[in-house]
Amino acid sequence: MTIATDQARVIDGVRAEQWIRIYRRMVTIREFEESVNELYTRALMPGLAHLYIGEEAVAVGICAALRQTDYITSTHRGHGHCLAKGASPDRMFAELLGKEAGYCRGKGGSMHIADPATGNLGANAIVGGSAGIATGAALSSKRLGTGQVTVCFFGEGALGQGVLYEVMNLAALWKLPVIYVCENNLYNEYTHYSETTAGDMLARGAAFGVQAESVDGQDVRAVYAAAQRLVERARKGEGPTFLVCRTYRYHGHHVGDINREYYRSKQEEQEWKTKGDPIKNFAAWMIQQRISDAAALEEMQKEVRAETKAAVEFAIAAPYPKPEEADEDVYA
Amino acid sequence: MPEVAVRELTFAQAVREALAEEMRRDKRVCIFGEDVAEAGTPFKVLSGLVEEFGCERVLDTPISEAGFTGMGVGAAMTGLRPVVDIMFGDFLTLTMDQLVNQAAKVHYMSGGTWKVPMVLRTTLGATRRSAAQHSQSLHAWLSHVPGLKVAMPSTPYDAKGLLKTAIRDENPVIFFEDKMMYKLKGSVPEGEYTIPFGVADVKREGEDVTIVATSSMVQVALGAAEMLEKIGVSAEVIDPRTTWPLDEKTLVESAKKTSRAIVVEEGYGRYGVTGEMASVIAEGAFYSLDTPVKRMGAMHVPIPFSPPLEDVTVPTEQTVFEAARAMCGKA
Ligand SMILES: Cc1ncc(C[n+]2csc(CCOP(=O)(O)OP(=O)(O)O)c2C)c(N)n1
Ligand SMILES: [Mg+2]
Repeated sequence: MTIATDQARVIDGVRAEQWIRIYRRMVTIREFEESVNELYTRALMPGLAHLYIGEEAVAVGICAALRQTDYITSTHRGHGHCLAKGASPDRMFAELLGKEAGYCRGKGGSMHIADPATGNLGANAIVGGSAGIATGAALSSKRLGTGQVTVCFFGEGALGQGVLYEVMNLAALWKLPVIYVCENNLYNEYTHYSETTAGDMLARGAAFGVQAESVDGQDVRAVYAAAQRLVERARKGEGPTFLVCRTYRYHGHHVGDINREYYRSKQEEQEWKTKGDPIKNFAAWMIQQRISDAAALEEMQKEVRAETKAAVEFAIAAPYPKPEEADEDVYA
Repeated sequence: MPEVAVRELTFAQAVREALAEEMRRDKRVCIFGEDVAEAGTPFKVLSGLVEEFGCERVLDTPISEAGFTGMGVGAAMTGLRPVVDIMFGDFLTLTMDQLVNQAAKVHYMSGGTWKVPMVLRTTLGATRRSAAQHSQSLHAWLSHVPGLKVAMPSTPYDAKGLLKTAIRDENPVIFFEDKMMYKLKGSVPEGEYTIPFGVADVKREGEDVTIVATSSMVQVALGAAEMLEKIGVSAEVIDPRTTWPLDEKTLVESAKKTSRAIVVEEGYGRYGVTGEMASVIAEGAFYSLDTPVKRMGAMHVPIPFSPPLEDVTVPTEQTVFEAARAMCGKA
């Protein structure tokens, strides 16, 4: 791969090398999700999946500011979070296909990827379902003095769930190292968030004294900068924060949600895709800053695509778990 | 008797028709839940209702199950007849205080003064490859609680008739629909009818073994009964239709007649609906039984995602057939 610049060069306080890593992660997620969609349309994947395409800058910008030992909790739309935290595509695909080699040995599937090695406490199919887990993890990091930070990812739909406010209150009272990252992609399934969310989102955190801010979730640099600040704050023991990322999912709520015009227009989708694409915009910036060049980025994309293809093939060829395994793992 | 036209409707259409008819009949009936209006729910069960009844009566809510279920209780107490929609039965866990401590107890605690004429519709059932948090059948939890009624239709005909009864009932009714059954077709007569609660339906008559089944497992039991017929075993399939009130008499009488009984259900067997029905039969038909009553339910595990794992967690035609064959001593 030819990189036009010195990788040690520092732009916006970050080494070029790191920007390139960030780019590669975003492309990895995009390629992964495109393949998931294809697996679904080819009827190779059981069930459904909720694609993260369009929202890559959020997971990647946040996780780039985390250490491997830091924790995350994720959602039904969780592939991006898991990959951004360091999960490998082959075992992710294997899980999505229900194979033994998957992260959960086929027991979890798309909505339940968990991986202790990368600090992933688990994706969750209950909206708001991980708020307690994330805050509890922050409590143990504080008690055990490990210096770990927890990021709780959730969609703006989870703002409807009372448990979120119960734990925010506790996190503020106990100054816990947790960051509540709200991905506002404008829709709770098929309903625009403005029909479900009264008042000012940020004020919901602020009411508990949880520092609240919002960021352009299509701009990975902005997300990363915010995450670095908030993570550092949490690590220093300054307590919880609430970050709302404005973003957009390009595809349906799930892979089967094809006809969407009754709840959002094609024009709206097109605008986000053309003006707000996190990968294209970041690529343009990297080229302009001479962190990389078009040819190198294209080369990288090809590499990622080949890796993704290999990961899919691995998963397709991998064996299913044996039926006898169904009643293993119920108790520890 | 005048001729009544009979059509084939899907289970989903039957549910929708019951709601539409009740909403036309009674202006107090309203629906709330997530994505119930324009989206008509992810299963498209409610499509068209907001167009007819407007968003004053078909209300999209935030993802706040505890909150809007509680509002259902309060609204029911004060003059509306809400039909609360909980998309997946798994999310009932979020509504439990509202159902168990509030809805179920208001009438009794108030000395019979306040009433909660509310329906909560939700789903049950596995094998949709939706994993552990979208596949449970939790109706036993609600059937356990005095003050709640629980309906579990297994055909389009029953779905329509039972739902209309539920809406007219003066008590909180939890109404379970098998999400895998929404596309199942069956005949439904045009026009008005209701099905009383606490009356089981004999889905198939037989002599040798009684198979009591609910909801998703009724079709499975009927399939098993077909297989049994081929080996000379005549199975009677009984659907209680409501787990509470429970038609104990029909269960007991059938078991007395056949002298053998299996209860099959998609909930967990452990402390579950099958246990209750099996003991009703054992108590009532003890001296007529040739063999202990057998319970069949979901395997005692969270529902796994992977198809080969998920498939072994739920009773099937084959497993019910084998249980009945063994019980009847057929090789
Ligand atoms: C407690 C609960 N209620 C309802 C659902 C069904 N459901 C799944 S995703 C979703 C919308 C979530 O919207 P949001 O939180 O904004 O996340 P997004 O899908 O936009 O990423 C709903 C209602 C659920 N999984 N859990
Ligand atoms: Mg959303």
